[in-house]
This record gives sequence, structure tokens and C-alpha cells, in this order.
Amino acid sequence: MKNRLKVLRAERDWSQGDLADRLEVSRQSVNAIETGRYDPSLPLAFKIAELFELSIEQIFTSPSRENDQ
Amino acid sequence: MAKNPAVKRYTRRVLILSLIYAALLCGAVYLFVHHLLSGPAAWIAGVLPALPIIGIFVAIGRYLVEETDEYLRDQFVRQALIASGFALSIATAWGFLENFDLVPHVYAYYAAILWFAGLGLGACFNTFQSSRGAA
Repeated sequence: MKNRLKVLRAERDWSQGDLADRLEVSRQSVNAIETGRYDPSLPLAFKIAELFELSIEQIFTSPSRENDQ
Repeated sequence: MAKNPAVKRYTRRVLILSLIYAALLCGAVYLFVHHLLSGPAAWIAGVLPALPIIGIFVAIGRYLVEETDEYLRDQFVRQALIASGFALSIATAWGFLENFDLVPHVYAYYAAILWFAGLGLGACFNTFQSSRGAA
């Protein structure tokens, strides 16, 4: 699933490890989500959204709308 | 994830169980080679080395329950599914070949050995998948 995680992280000057610590997940998880290899569960997606103070839709692109972009 | 407490607990359990397995296997082999057992005692001594191996399966189950990182859990589940498919496929094919007297008989516990080898294959598959999309 496409997302803006890498951009949002870069805006805050956070490494993948920094973000992983804040989300209480592994750095591998952050990398897998950023690169679209892993779609997070709804609770983790909410956690990510709350951390960046954005809605889930502002971070993740719905797969059904990926072609619209 | 080196600091992951669930991985640490899993590793510690597997190490302890492996040591217990080695000790029980050596003990059982000694007792049987010297014909020191018979009857129910032989049955008990014979099955003892299997118990730590069963314990490792339990440790794997505990890890999946205790792992709080959903991505790592997902990776390990895939690894275990690959291991299961690998071991069951070979065991099934070997069973038919053995049935038709085309291959020699092998002990059933080789299924567990195949499964652990399959875990290694699964780990390779996960690494390959990760490297394809790594940032």
C-alpha cells in the first residue's frame, strides 16, 4: 500500500529507527511499511496516524484509488 | 531485532531445550546400547528425547503469542508455513516411494528435521523478499 511515511519521517528528521522506537515496533517493520511490502493492521495504522497527527487517509493511499494518482 | 524481548525469550528456550535434548539423547542411547532397559522403562527412556523437541514446537508457539511486532510475527508465520509445506511434501512423496519399495525406510522423526530445515528455507525466502523491496 502506497504511503507518505518516508516523507513525513524526513520532514521530522527521524531515522527509521527513531520512528520504530516511537511506534514501539522493529526498524524492519517501518522499512517494510514504507516500501509498501507490508500493510499495517488497523491499530498500527491508527498509531502511525496519531503520531503524525494526521488521518489514516492522509498517510496511506487506498489501493482502489492508487490509479487515480 | 536484537533487543526484542520475545526473540530473546525464544532463543533462550530453544537453547535450553537443545541442551536437554542432547543430554537425554546421549542417556537414552547409552541405556539402549548397553541393554539396561526393558518393559515400561524402555518406553519411557525411548520417548524422552522427543519431549524437548516437542518443547521447541511449544517455544515456537509461545514466540508467536508473545511477539508484539505484527510484521515480525507475520514473517515468522510465513516461515513456519514454508517449513510445514516443505516437510509435509517431502514426507508424503517419500512415503509413497517407500511404499513401492523404491527408497529405504526412514524414521518418522526425520519429519521434524525436515521441518526445521524448512524454517531455514523460510528465513531465506523472507530475506529474499525483504531485499527485493528494501529502501
